Amino acid sequence: MKPVRLLISQLIFILVFPCIVRGEQRFDLPDFVEHQIPRTTTPPPRLVLYEFLDVLVLAGALSLASYLALKRRSRKGIFLLMIFSLGYFGFYREGCVCPIGAIQNITLALFDSSYGLPYVVLLFFLLPLVFTLLFGRSFCGAVCPLGAIQDVVLLKPLAVPSWLQQSLGLLAYVYLGAAVLFAATGSAFIICEYDPFVSFFRLSGSLNMLVLGFSFLIIGMFVGRPYCRFLCPYGAILRLVSRFSLWRITITPAECVQCRLCEDSCPFSAIETANTTQVHPRGKTDKTRLGILLALLPVLIIAGGWLVSLLHVPFSRMDFTVRLAEQIDSEDMGATEEILETSKYFHEKAQSEEILIQRKEEVKSQALQKRKQFLWGGWMLGGFIGLVIGVKLISLAVYRRREDYQADRAHCVACGRCYAYCPIEHLRQDPTRKVRIK
Amino acid sequence: MLRTGLGGAGLLGIGGLAWVSAGRSELHHTVWQIDPTVCEACGNCATYCVLEESAVKCVHNFDACGYCRICFGYFEPQRTGDHEGAENQLCPTGAIIRRLVKDQNYRDIQKHEYTIDEKLCIGCGVCVKGCENDGNGSLYLQIRHDRCLNCNQCSIAAACPTQAICRVPADHPYLTKEASH
Repeated sequence: MKPVRLLISQLIFILVFPCIVRGEQRFDLPDFVEHQIPRTTTPPPRLVLYEFLDVLVLAGALSLASYLALKRRSRKGIFLLMIFSLGYFGFYREGCVCPIGAIQNITLALFDSSYGLPYVVLLFFLLPLVFTLLFGRSFCGAVCPLGAIQDVVLLKPLAVPSWLQQSLGLLAYVYLGAAVLFAATGSAFIICEYDPFVSFFRLSGSLNMLVLGFSFLIIGMFVGRPYCRFLCPYGAILRLVSRFSLWRITITPAECVQCRLCEDSCPFSAIETANTTQVHPRGKTDKTRLGILLALLPVLIIAGGWLVSLLHVPFSRMDFTVRLAEQIDSEDMGATEEILETSKYFHEKAQSEEILIQRKEEVKSQALQKRKQFLWGGWMLGGFIGLVIGVKLISLAVYRRREDYQADRAHCVACGRCYAYCPIEHLRQDPTRKVRIK
Repeated sequence: MLRTGLGGAGLLGIGGLAWVSAGRSELHHTVWQIDPTVCEACGNCATYCVLEESAVKCVHNFDACGYCRICFGYFEPQRTGDHEGAENQLCPTGAIIRRLVKDQNYRDIQKHEYTIDEKLCIGCGVCVKGCENDGNGSLYLQIRHDRCLNCNQCSIAAACPTQAICRVPADHPYLTKEASH
């Protein structure tokens, strides 16, 4: 703090302090000779050292997961590590802090300079990103407790139709954008508030959240990892990052023989099939379609921005100040009979009518400012959604030649289920089998 | 080649983000705490915490207590006498222990000490309101860090009607009533 500001605050302190004490001190303090006045205990929070220990466990688990997925190629190892992560990050650490939720802390730190981002949270956000850029999404497969709880309940995976998978996958980007918007405006941490599995980790929670969690798990018995694939905002980031990973998870340890045995092995439809045998029309219509879509991209961005910006009023209600200002407004205009706790305490806090009027003006101007932020944020969010939809359409229109069966860089979560389906993998593990196959 | 380049660019991007965020970072961890000057003891703390039994408890700042015989945080306003029967107590769980203080300065005047039994306290804040309205305001609600899970988004903070719950540095995890003035 600057010396001048310090001086002012000290002055205020000296001037205000006696008034407050006089206001509260209705009864004289006793003057004991023998009796010892006890002290209130202050149990310390968890040591910061342990928080850094969590970071070490995370780094260790990520390294091991990458080793198991890329080098060792062991589904069993990945599964055991996954169970460990579920136990440690899920049930022991009770789901906080996690990289998914850390997105919001990072956003808040970038937009609100008064928020001091703890290093532990920063590391939790960055480590999986760095590992994904190097080795693909090994975090999702074996380290994330949310992924793990869905992976263990997967009983009988059904194939989701391609069009549905592609469109539902976009939801994650919408969720990511919304989470960033609400965190940037300092209104809410929606990822944490609507985390479907955290109530299992803590073995407590509201009925709504438990019902939501159970529905995800029941759907997860038949649709592989529904939260990861269709909602997880961190998964959306990792999908982008893993496209550029330096190394990647492969189905086969050597050369693909195109036996098609692995084709249906992935419960998350993350295997790209070879398409060299398919006849693909590469005529004029395709180029026209691509041209139209490219031209459509800015239209989608602007239209998306405009549509979402229309919703800035309801969106801004996620913010406390906006809610309070609206409540005060409707009470003053006699539009509502109901007096909420927030406005009740707001009125009680003001000592005089003048202070109340002044405070009301302050709250209203703050709320208007927040609403303006939401208007701009709505344009950004909508533009982002438009961009995501446009890019998806373009990528669907572009024909890519694939020689081999391989793991989809973006969607593969490195669970290791496909290894066992590959005959080359069996040869790798037991070279004597070669004779038998012949 | 292109992919490696893009990968490198991505790594640089992450590095850049890390650098910017690290500039905003602080080594200390943060924990949640109630600002007792803002808190109105509405009772949401007792029910909105993710824990079955809330991490918020009532604590007593003995230094500000008047050691009154009739405590407004302890007794029902419509009490049937000065005895400590359950029907006379404000606290729904009987978590406040009332003890007569023996001191040579107070041979004729009765002084009582009020201690919170944390195992029984549910953090409803009924006593806090009583003490705040008619007494010295020495009782207040506090997040106890032997219980708090330190969720990334505190559920009580989201439900607090006065926004009294804030992040504080983990090495100064308690806001006491005197310190906050």
